[in-house]
Amino acid sequence: MEKLIDWISQPWPWYVAGPLLGLTVPVLLLIGNKSFGISSSLRHICAACVPAKIPFFSYDWKKEAWNLYFVFGVLVGGMIVGLFFSNPEAVVVAESTQKDLEALGITQYSNLLPSEIFNWQNVFTLKGLVFFVFGGFMVGFGTRYAGGCTSGHAIMGISNLQWPSVVATIFFMLGGFAMTHLFLPTLMKIAGF
Amino acid sequence: MKEDLLEKPIECEAPNLQKKRETGIGLLKYMVVGVFFGIIMVKSEVISWFRIQEMFRLQSFHMYGVIGSAVFVGMISIFLIKKFNIKTLSGEKVVIQDKEFRKGQIIGGFIFGLGWAITGACPGPLFAQIGTGFTIVVVTLISALVGTWVYGKLADKLPN
Repeated sequence: MEKLIDWISQPWPWYVAGPLLGLTVPVLLLIGNKSFGISSSLRHICAACVPAKIPFFSYDWKKEAWNLYFVFGVLVGGMIVGLFFSNPEAVVVAESTQKDLEALGITQYSNLLPSEIFNWQNVFTLKGLVFFVFGGFMVGFGTRYAGGCTSGHAIMGISNLQWPSVVATIFFMLGGFAMTHLFLPTLMKIAGF
Repeated sequence: MKEDLLEKPIECEAPNLQKKRETGIGLLKYMVVGVFFGIIMVKSEVISWFRIQEMFRLQSFHMYGVIGSAVFVGMISIFLIKKFNIKTLSGEKVVIQDKEFRKGQIIGGFIFGLGWAITGACPGPLFAQIGTGFTIVVVTLISALVGTWVYGKLADKLPN
């Protein structure tokens, strides 16, 4: 049993995790005719909590409640790993990445997210404004504007051979490349790293 | 028109297309699928800010392998479901909406990409990051909800 837990606690390779994640597509379709997509949950939460008579949020969100159950499950899944199967070792990324990030002031690899950025002390600072407020806003605004995220477009859309999803995925990646290589170094410098 | 809106949320990429209505216990199965999805995402480190940086710096195959093989399995599954006309648990025909092309996929997609590289998370991983104990990500999630809301507010004024 202990060996099993040790084995589960290691980081899983892509060829195990990727196919398992991909199986979500047929599982959701077959258990209830649901097309996989996560960012809709953010819209349903808005529709449920602050619809403010905006047409975009005036729909029967209860009919889409399955999506909220799904993301709640994702949160619980994270908790289960955090409590029982978390990897005691530091995250190992490519040496070149470590070198690049060191230049930006990021050196703590003991958790899945760098503790220099993701801690409560940063919440009312410039760092918090950039990484939580600004970053989060763009994730919410962008996915809704694009009509989907990595799950709805990249995984579900491309699996169903939808070319608009290929376009969306290309622009997700272009945005990421642009931020990483063009803007992030300056942003981090301004934020005080 | 009102009826229409209630029937089908516009641009919803994950619509509920099951005719049979589900409640309470019936919905729990989606939570169970979510739990597995969350565990796999955390264990494969795709919710890690470091892994996202590694991906956008093209310094490892890991993220490309995860997303690529997930798409591959999804594609084969949908092909088989269509080919053999496999029915859902409640005996309905599987329906998948086509995605319409909009400018939003370009502009919004790019904006999301910018945010992805900062937060190290798409919407799914945000929930998983909070679950693993990074409670600070609640702030990111609230910001993402504000972003979604602002988009909804401006939806008819933005090019799409």
